[in-house]
Amino acid sequence: MSNEVAILGVGMHPWGKWGRSFVEYGVKAAKDALLDASIEWKDVQFVAGGDTIRNGYPGYVAGATFAQALGWQGAQVASSYGACASGSQAIATARAQILAGLCDVALVVGADTTPKGFFAPTGGGDRSKDPDWLRFRLVGATNPVYFGLWARRRMELFGATEEDFAKVKVKNSHHGAQNPNARYPKTFSMEEVLASPMVSDPLRLLQICATSDGGAALVLTSMEYARKHATDFVTIPAVSNVTPKYPNTLIEMPNFSTDSGAGVQMPDVPFRPSIAKHAYEQAGVGPEDMDLAEVYDLSSALELDWYEIIGLCKEGEAEKLIRDGDTSIGGRIPVNTSGGLGAFGEAIPAQAIAQVCELAWQLRGQAQGRQVEAAQLGITANYGLFGHGSSVIVKR
Amino acid sequence: MTKTRVPAIEGWFTMDPDAPHLLGTRCTRCSNVFFPKEESYCRNPECGGTEFEETKLSRRGRVWSFTNNCYAPPEPFMAKEPFEPYAIAAVELEAEKMIVIGQVTAGTEVGDLEAGMEMELVLDILYEDDENEYIVWKWQPAA
Repeated sequence: MSNEVAILGVGMHPWGKWGRSFVEYGVKAAKDALLDASIEWKDVQFVAGGDTIRNGYPGYVAGATFAQALGWQGAQVASSYGACASGSQAIATARAQILAGLCDVALVVGADTTPKGFFAPTGGGDRSKDPDWLRFRLVGATNPVYFGLWARRRMELFGATEEDFAKVKVKNSHHGAQNPNARYPKTFSMEEVLASPMVSDPLRLLQICATSDGGAALVLTSMEYARKHATDFVTIPAVSNVTPKYPNTLIEMPNFSTDSGAGVQMPDVPFRPSIAKHAYEQAGVGPEDMDLAEVYDLSSALELDWYEIIGLCKEGEAEKLIRDGDTSIGGRIPVNTSGGLGAFGEAIPAQAIAQVCELAWQLRGQAQGRQVEAAQLGITANYGLFGHGSSVIVKR
Repeated sequence: MTKTRVPAIEGWFTMDPDAPHLLGTRCTRCSNVFFPKEESYCRNPECGGTEFEETKLSRRGRVWSFTNNCYAPPEPFMAKEPFEPYAIAAVELEAEKMIVIGQVTAGTEVGDLEAGMEMELVLDILYEDDENEYIVWKWQPAA
């Protein structure tokens, strides 16, 4: 396939609440990825950084920040911000450089240090033109409020229950307990999840992802370079960073309203399903070809939405998948074998990269304790507020 | 002393106490409606319009979904002490086919709401200081 790039190295700094600089996490992940690839830092030609907006200026220029911390060596650089999709934008940037023939070896890094508690708008002062500031001011619409709206919609439309949502958290906690990079090694029972305090009905504390510190990195190379320097590697045949098509009629962060769906033709595919569709089309594969998936469980209920968005089942059937154990390791199509956000918490610019790390480890047969047998093909999916789609397909 | 009622944000809704409306704009070329107001370039990619007229949005709609805040949101939300949990509804306006979120008035809780329920727009106090009551739109079950 002509649009493939190779993943020669993956690396992570464990997720947690370490309270140190994001730069340290990113550099640790980068060094691990370079070691995994058997590539020297001085041989990297392009650095793509995923930005963090809660760590001052160095966070806005993450690519250069990591390059400086690794030791200036003259590589070209780019930094991307796309909220939760920042990491996959960095992957897309590095991939485009490689596919255009502008470089052979690229390093992708994302890392974050996060504050405690709810994410609040960044920056100070009255910002009455900024929807991200206004949604807190006028409605108190925190991120979990939007997660709660989507979760309740599933209950109203498809008869989802609190138990269904709790099952997702229980599953992901069992997966994450086998992952040394996950923040929470603890396995949770249904009773514990359902006894945790309600935050935004129907979602309880243990069903909403925490904010974490962490870092993830990839060494991407051209296929030609990979064939010369490695014998066994996985590849990326597709990266999707689509935006919605007008009108977008799903209420999403940080908006007060949707577009108006009156008097205009609706898009052929709504925004969320279009994210995976674009990736599948690039790779020339379909959901039936997938062996596993890493999806963005900002809440346990949202994981069920993703089953449908990436085509693992029809709309309204996700509850059956979780009830039947289809998405557990050992099931028909394991989802979030890493433990997902439920076990990691969210380190925004690192997260989409971490999803790819997990698929790489799985496809290389190195996911000790949580291995999906003979996995050949996997998909990641997430999306960031302000309309950022994100999906990456990884292939053995 | 009676406090002055002022909108918490200028130009987003009428201050009519009995029948308030959210205020959006309508593109004079393609008739698409925008809330909050779009006033420079039409966001319909098929259009290209640059002229807008202010339009009152439907006062009523049906619940698309709902949730609540059991804990006080962070600033810039102005939380009362002690914090009182409140519901939030996403309501689909029928004519505009647009979902708008808003707080639900006190007294209506998550258990009282269901998808498809008819809601109407009302004005209520968001927060207050010594001189003013700052007013915002809220959703309330339709009378």
